[in-house]
Amino acid sequence: MKLTLVTGLTGLILLATIVELLRRRQLREKYGMLWLGVLIIVIPLSLFPRLLDNVAELLGVASGVSLVLFLGIIFLLLVCVHLSWEVSHLEEETRTLAEDFALLRTEIDADRAARDELVRTDG
Amino acid sequence: MVNGKRVLIIIPAFNESGSIADVVGEVRGELPGVDVIVVDDGSADRTAAVAAAAGARVAKLPYNLGVGGAMRVGYRYARDHDYDVAIQIDADGQHDPRYVPKLVDLLDETDLVIGARFAGEGDYNVRGPRRWAMVMLSGVLSRVAHTKLTDTTSGFRAANRRVIDMFATWYPVEYLGDTVETLVHTARRGYTIRQVPVAMRKRMAGTPSHSPAKAMIYLGRAFAVLTLALIRR
Repeated sequence: MKLTLVTGLTGLILLATIVELLRRRQLREKYGMLWLGVLIIVIPLSLFPRLLDNVAELLGVASGVSLVLFLGIIFLLLVCVHLSWEVSHLEEETRTLAEDFALLRTEIDADRAARDELVRTDG
Repeated sequence: MVNGKRVLIIIPAFNESGSIADVVGEVRGELPGVDVIVVDDGSADRTAAVAAAAGARVAKLPYNLGVGGAMRVGYRYARDHDYDVAIQIDADGQHDPRYVPKLVDLLDETDLVIGARFAGEGDYNVRGPRRWAMVMLSGVLSRVAHTKLTDTTSGFRAANRRVIDMFATWYPVEYLGDTVETLVHTARRGYTIRQVPVAMRKRMAGTPSHSPAKAMIYLGRAFAVLTLALIRR
C-alpha cells in the first residue's frame, strides 16, 4: 500500500509539472502532449501495478512490473534518439542561418565600400 | 577572368591570420582579374580583417561551422554572383595558385577537377595508418567516380556552374564531408570528376599531426565516413 502511494504521488507530481510547464509556455505543445500521453498510461499503472500481469504472462515475462520497467527503458531510449534527431535538425537550421548572415554581411560590406568609393570620387 | 571565364577563388579560413595575407596576396598576384572570397569560419583572431586588408572579399561566419559550412558559403556566393568557375584553395598556403589555369582548362569537359598530390608532381609522403586510409579512400572513390583518383582529401578543387549550383544547396558539414562525401555525391549525380597532378608546398603556418594514435583514429573515421556516404541517398 505504501509503495502504491509513493509511485502514485510521483506520477501526479510529474503530471502537475508538465501541465504547469505547458501553462507557462516553457514546453512546446508537441513535447508536452507526448509527456501527458505517457503519464496517462503510467499513473494508472503506478496505482494498480498488477494491471499488466495478463499482458506480461502472454509475452512470457514473469511479472507485470518487469514489463513496465522494460517498456520504460525502451521508451526513454526512443525519446533520446528523437531528441538527437531534433538537435541535428536544429543544427542544420542554425547552420543555414549563420551562412545567410555571413553572406548578408558580405553584401553590406561591398555596398558600403562602393558607396565610400563613390563619395571619394565625387567629392 | 581566366581563359574567358569568371573565376571565384574560395578560401575557407579558421584562425589563419598568420598565413592568409600571403595566400590572398599570392593568388591576386598570380591571377589578376580573379575574385577572391575568404570565408572566415568564426575565427577568434584577426583572420577576417587581415584578409580584407589583403584585398579579398570576406564572408565572416558568426561562429565556427566547420569546413563544410564555410565552403557552402563560398559556393552560394559563387552561384548568387553568377561565376562560371569556383575554385577552393586552403588557407595554409600549401596550394600553388599557378596551377589554377590548368584546373580551369579541364572544366570544359569535366564538372569537377581535383588538384592531386601523389600523381607524379612534387614530393609529398605519408606513411602508416594515414597512408592506408588514403589508399582505401582513393581505391573506393576511383571506382565510384570511374576515374583514377589518388588524392581524395585534397582541398584544391575547381567546379563548373553545374557543380557550383549543386554545392550551393548541398554541402555536408560533417567530418571529411567536404572531401569524401562530396566526391561520392558528385559522382552519383552523374557529374564527371578528374584529377590533375599538382605539387604541394610546405604549409606556411600550422603543423600537421604525426601521432600514430591520431592516424589510427583518422583511418577509422575515414572508413566510417566512406561507408556512410556510400549507403546514403
